[in-house]
Amino acid sequence: MKEFFTTVISYRFEIAAMVLFGIGFINLLLQRNLIRKIIAFNVMDSSVFLFLAAQGYIQGRIAPMIVNGDLSAATYINPIPSGLVLTGIVVSVSVSAFFLALVQRLYKKYGTIDFDEIMTLAKKEAE
Amino acid sequence: MSKKSRLFRSHFRAWLAGEEMPLRERHVRTLHKKPHERPEPVPEDVRINRFIHLYHVSAVLVAVCIVAVLLYTVFHLPLFGSANNPASNEVAQRYIEQGLEETGAVNIVSGMILDYRAFDTFGESNVLFLAIASVLMLLLRDRNNIVLEEDVHEAHERVIEKANEDVILKRVANIVVPCILLFGVYVVLNGHLSPGGGFSGGSIMGGGLILFAVSYGPERVKTFFGWKTFRAIVVGALLCYALSKAYAFFTGANGLENHIPLGTPGAILSAGLILLLDICVGLVVACTMYGFYALINRGEI
Amino acid sequence: MSVVFECLLLFSLILCAIFALTQKRLLMVAIIYMAYSLIMTIIWAMLQSPDLAITEAAVGAGVTGILLFVTLKKIHALKGTKDE
Repeated sequence: MKEFFTTVISYRFEIAAMVLFGIGFINLLLQRNLIRKIIAFNVMDSSVFLFLAAQGYIQGRIAPMIVNGDLSAATYINPIPSGLVLTGIVVSVSVSAFFLALVQRLYKKYGTIDFDEIMTLAKKEAE
Repeated sequence: MSKKSRLFRSHFRAWLAGEEMPLRERHVRTLHKKPHERPEPVPEDVRINRFIHLYHVSAVLVAVCIVAVLLYTVFHLPLFGSANNPASNEVAQRYIEQGLEETGAVNIVSGMILDYRAFDTFGESNVLFLAIASVLMLLLRDRNNIVLEEDVHEAHERVIEKANEDVILKRVANIVVPCILLFGVYVVLNGHLSPGGGFSGGSIMGGGLILFAVSYGPERVKTFFGWKTFRAIVVGALLCYALSKAYAFFTGANGLENHIPLGTPGAILSAGLILLLDICVGLVVACTMYGFYALINRGEI
Repeated sequence: MSVVFECLLLFSLILCAIFALTQKRLLMVAIIYMAYSLIMTIIWAMLQSPDLAITEAAVGAGVTGILLFVTLKKIHALKGTKDE
C-alpha cells in the first residue's frame, strides 16, 4: 500500500495530466453550453502540454540557458519538449479565439448558445 | 449636453431609421429572452430521445475507458525525472553541446526553435495568420456583412462608452501601458539571451495594446495602428521570415557559405538570423492578439 | 519539500478545472479559468521552463481571459450590465 502511494507520488505530473484530460473530455462531450465546451477544450489542451513538458524534466538540473560557459549536457534539462509546448500554447489560444468568434456568430443567428437547441433549430431550417 | 438628451437623440435617430421596437426594450436581451420564436427543446420523437440518452451513456463509457487506459499506461512509463529517460537522447545532447557554437544563442530553446527547427516555427506563425484571417472572415463588418439594426445598436453602445469614460482606468493605463510595451520589446529583443523570445514578447505587446484600446477607445488606437498598418505588418513580417530563412536553407543545403555573422555570444547583435526572426514572430503575434480583441469587440480593426 | 508543494499545486489545478466547469454563471467560469492558467504558470516555472511560464502568463490569463469576457458581453451573458 505504501509502495502504491510512493509510485503515485512519483508519477504525479502524468497522473494529474491524465485526470485533467479526462475531466476536459467528459465536459466537452456532455455539456450543452458552448462556452463551457470551449473551456473544457482548453483544459484538455493544457493537460497534454503538462504531460509533454513533464517528459523533459530531469531531477537536479537547471533550465536550458547556458550559464558560466558550461556546455556539458549533464547540467541542463531536455530542451526539446519545451520547444514543442511553446508552439502548442500559441496554437491553443488561436483555436480558442476562432471558437469564440464562431460562438458569437452562432448567437447572432440563432439567439442561443445551447448546443441542443441550435441543432434542433438548424434541423428545422434544413427541412 | 447631458446623458439623457444624448440618449434621446440616438433613440430618435433609430426611430427615424424605421425600427419597429424602440431601443430601450431591445437592450433587455439575456439568454433567457430569445428574440424570435423557438420550438420547444424537448424533441417529440421517441427515437431522438432514445438517441440522446444513448449518446450520454456511451459518451461517459468512452471517456471512462480512455482515461482508464491512460492511467494504466502511466504506471509503465519511465520514471519521472530520471536521467536515462528515452526522450533525452543524443539529439538533445547535440542541441546543448553544440548549440552555442552553431547558432550563437545562449538560450538553447530559442536557438532550437529558430535555427534547428525554424520550419516548425514558420508553420506556427502561419497558423496564427490563418486564425486571424478566419476570424476576419467571420466577424469583419463591411458592406457584405452589415445589418442595419446591429449598426444602430453598435452606435448606441459607442455613445454609452464615450459618455462613461473611466478615469481610474485612464490614469492607470497612462503609467502601465508604456511599461508593458517596453517590457514586451525587451523580451523580444533578448530572446536569444534570456527566457522569452518571439511568442512571449509578442503576447506581452499584444496585451499592452489591448489595455490601451480598452482605456482610451478605438479611435485613439486607429491614429497609429489602423487597418493598413495591421495588414502591412502581418504580411511583411511573415514574408521577411520566409525569405530570410529560405536563404539560410538554400545556402545550407547546397553547402555554400551564408555570410551571416554569428557574433559573440551574450551580445544583443549576435546569433545570426535569430534576432530578425524573433522580431518578425513577435510582431505577428502582437498584431494577431490585438486583432482578435478588436474583431470580437467591435468587428473592425 | 518541493514534492509537497507540487502535489498541492496539481491538486488545486484539478479542483479549479472541476469548479470551472460546474458553475452556473459564465463570468465565474472565465475567472476560474484565469486562476487555472495562473497555477499552470507556476507549474511551468517549477518544471524549469521559464519560456513556457512567460508565454502562459501572457496568453492564458491575459489574452484568453479578455477574449472570454468580451465574448460574454457580446452574447449578453453578463449579469448586472445594461444587457440584463
